[in-house]
Amino acid sequence: MIDLLIPSIVSCIVAFVVVFVMTPPLIKILEKRNFAVKDMNKKEEVMVVRPGGPAIIAGIIASEIVLYVFLQMNEILAILITTFAAFLIGYVDDRKVMGGWFKPVALAVSAIPIIVLGVYDSNLAFPLFGEVQIPALYLALIIFMIPITGNTINSIDVLNGVASGFMVIASFSLSICLFIVQNYEIAIVSLPLGFVSLAFYKYHKIPSKIFPGDSGALTLGAMYGAIAIVGGVEILAAVALLPAVINSFLFLSSVKRVVEHRQIKGKPVEHTDDFRLKATNDKKAPVTLVRLILAGGPMTEKQVGFAIFKLAIFSGVLAVVTAFMMGVSF
Amino acid sequence: MKSGLFAFLFAMWGLIIFGGGILVMILGPIELDWLIASVIKAVIALALVVIWILILSKIKNWIFKK
Repeated sequence: MIDLLIPSIVSCIVAFVVVFVMTPPLIKILEKRNFAVKDMNKKEEVMVVRPGGPAIIAGIIASEIVLYVFLQMNEILAILITTFAAFLIGYVDDRKVMGGWFKPVALAVSAIPIIVLGVYDSNLAFPLFGEVQIPALYLALIIFMIPITGNTINSIDVLNGVASGFMVIASFSLSICLFIVQNYEIAIVSLPLGFVSLAFYKYHKIPSKIFPGDSGALTLGAMYGAIAIVGGVEILAAVALLPAVINSFLFLSSVKRVVEHRQIKGKPVEHTDDFRLKATNDKKAPVTLVRLILAGGPMTEKQVGFAIFKLAIFSGVLAVVTAFMMGVSF
Repeated sequence: MKSGLFAFLFAMWGLIIFGGGILVMILGPIELDWLIASVIKAVIALALVVIWILILSKIKNWIFKK
């Protein structure tokens, strides 16, 4: 355990510093190239550059290479390849608008390195009830997991700072869970995800200087999913991600098909005269987490963001409680 | 409103744990033998997931009852 301390500290510092230092020049480059979109939740005409994905993936690659030098684990390679593939998929979608099915299908393909490198345990572990052997079914779970986590994080990226802030909470919760179930090596491999998200949050928080874009959100989500599979903590990862899962569940159950947000005609959120957010009365608009939060009355963008963070902390605590329950059985 | 969301989170958590428990209890006791067992497990797991989603929808409609 103690021999893992140095690679752990070095990789976390590298992850944070690379993103923290790389993002400001990336913002300038994107401004020069006029890669900016209107921030829809601001009263003034505010343009925000995107995507921040290149800075995020640089931090992940640098920190995981540091870990690979120390630990020489195939698990790190699988996580890196899957995450980089997700970044490329997101970057293509950032540059060229793709259809609703492009991302789920492409992300499913990006999960293949995990299967090829054989860095998974096909026993699915549940708290209190133990494990279940599902060797064939588990392969399908791997293929589905990366698109689910990637698109789940992407779909919660609707307000300033929410995607990166949410990932800080969820990924550190997952790291704590991995330490609790005594999977120390993967716990250390997972730490850079939290530090990358934390460094990016500095520029993404309200008022955003940069948006992560699909390349950033899919990178964070895919890495989270890959860590969950490789670490054998799929259930704990799902619990820590619950608010984002609820958002996707509400959205899909109201529109009843796989579709991009931009293809939906009814908007779930409107603005008051003082530009606070309020839930729409449009019956055709999809139900989302933000819309439900706003059902109690109009709120500022910052208040909605913090409401989502409170839910994330709550589900993070539930994940940690569940991790302690993993060792207990009836 | 937010208390409803916390309640829904808690309900999902409970469903994951006890839904998983049911999955373990049903699938636990289960080349051709391997294939048949895998197909049976896949069908049962899929059915349980569908039931899980239906229960979740009912809970959602009840908590957020327009």
